[in-house]
Amino acid sequence: MKALPYGDRGLLLELADTAAVVAYVDALRADPAVAARVDDLVADVVPGARTVLLVARPGITLDALRAIVPDEKHLEPADSGAFRQGPPEEVVIPVQYDGPDLAAVASLTGLTEDEVVAAHTSTPWRVAFGGFAPGFAYLVGGDPRLQVPRRDQPRTSVPAGAVGLAGEFSGIYPRPSPGGWQLIGRTDTVLWDLERDPPALLGAGVTVRFEATDG
Amino acid sequence: MAELVVLAVGGPALVQDAGRPGHGAIGVGSSGAADRAAYALGNRLLGNRDGAAALEVTLGGLELEVTSVVWACVTGAPVSLHLDDRVEPTGAVLALRPGQRLRLGTPVSGLRSYLAVRGGVDVPSLLGSRSRDTLAGLGPAPLAVGDRLQIGDAVRGDLLVDAVAPQQYGDQPVLRVVRGPRDDWVADADHLVAQTWRVGGASDRVGLRLEGAPFTCADRGQLPSEGAMRGAIQVPPNGEPVVFGADHPVTGGYPVVGVVVDADTDLLAQLRPGDGLLFRWA
Repeated sequence: MKALPYGDRGLLLELADTAAVVAYVDALRADPAVAARVDDLVADVVPGARTVLLVARPGITLDALRAIVPDEKHLEPADSGAFRQGPPEEVVIPVQYDGPDLAAVASLTGLTEDEVVAAHTSTPWRVAFGGFAPGFAYLVGGDPRLQVPRRDQPRTSVPAGAVGLAGEFSGIYPRPSPGGWQLIGRTDTVLWDLERDPPALLGAGVTVRFEATDG
Repeated sequence: MAELVVLAVGGPALVQDAGRPGHGAIGVGSSGAADRAAYALGNRLLGNRDGAAALEVTLGGLELEVTSVVWACVTGAPVSLHLDDRVEPTGAVLALRPGQRLRLGTPVSGLRSYLAVRGGVDVPSLLGSRSRDTLAGLGPAPLAVGDRLQIGDAVRGDLLVDAVAPQQYGDQPVLRVVRGPRDDWVADADHLVAQTWRVGGASDRVGLRLEGAPFTCADRGQLPSEGAMRGAIQVPPNGEPVVFGADHPVTGGYPVVGVVVDADTDLLAQLRPGDGLLFRWA
């Protein structure tokens, strides 16, 4: 695992793939001793597609950060049962699969529209990282046949609740915004609610299952 | 309960504090005062607790009054400060009385002034902060005429200092930069330190757009999204860098060729469109 300096207050950890990122962030939280050491020195842990950015608290040097960052090889996997209390949180999202790009996704993947829906609903997804908008979660771990490129022409407006695909990711737009993902359906589930604590429904590591509804 | 009443606004006037770090994984950035040193100085002068919320005023123009006697001061970009007809210095602790009008003129140098009040601005907090995140649209809306802001009780100690010398912001600051992490995604990262850059017009709290001879990007395809921090110098495909400010995107997909040393990022917050700046490797 490489740890690259990101200015004088950040350390960018490079991992093999998104699954390794999810496993690393899980493991950081799972071991209470590691979690406490990290929490003392780190203001934020920002997962990316292949990286984890550790933001140092004020006054903490990168050397101090390097000294407490566990290498992935030395981390106890979170699912080993050593630390985990109970099963990971799972959220079920009911989706009406009538998105404007469903036909395009079917033709890009060589599946029928029904098979796209079946692929999207049959395997659990995991929240890997966020960043596009508050409450937006990049979901990974789905059926690899669903990997499609972004749309050539991004939409200027995508409604809240739109369910999309792009690359290895699936995601749900938490609020109306421009967007280039291929939209396969929509949900009434509220992803971001300021009256809720935490406001984001899909926190890091949460498992997501999509469920087809009849509308 | 004492209140601030907004009578006029010029440039954007935002409630800001020390920000809300710790929520990157759900797509929420830390935001907070763009010039943290100037913001923190205001709280120190007024005996406030660290993190008490203040008003970040861009290019002056804010006018307000109070409903009972309030201690206040302005730090950051030095403005002509009028309390009714009396001119007051930036950096001085002032007593505002009901019926008096405080008016911030255009700054002589710099861009952002901080108006702090003893006790802090007490608007509802979100995820532990009262900061307005302009990119995410979180936190209190920009101030508008007629707004009434409650003053809180975030006080730590007595007023010990009357005034400090106003800050001055020089032309063409030289900012220290740590190279990388993606300096190998452009043909020549030293291009960053080889010229004077100009701040572009479309700059804001999200980022400063820099104008100059653009970078040549190495043809390496698309970088997978990764976490970002304030001070990160991102180079999009057109080769014109953007330096991330307080409200930067939490993750981004363009290569970051260098990151401004944290202490120097406050200077970025005081640069105006058209100002020059230089970088040197730390």
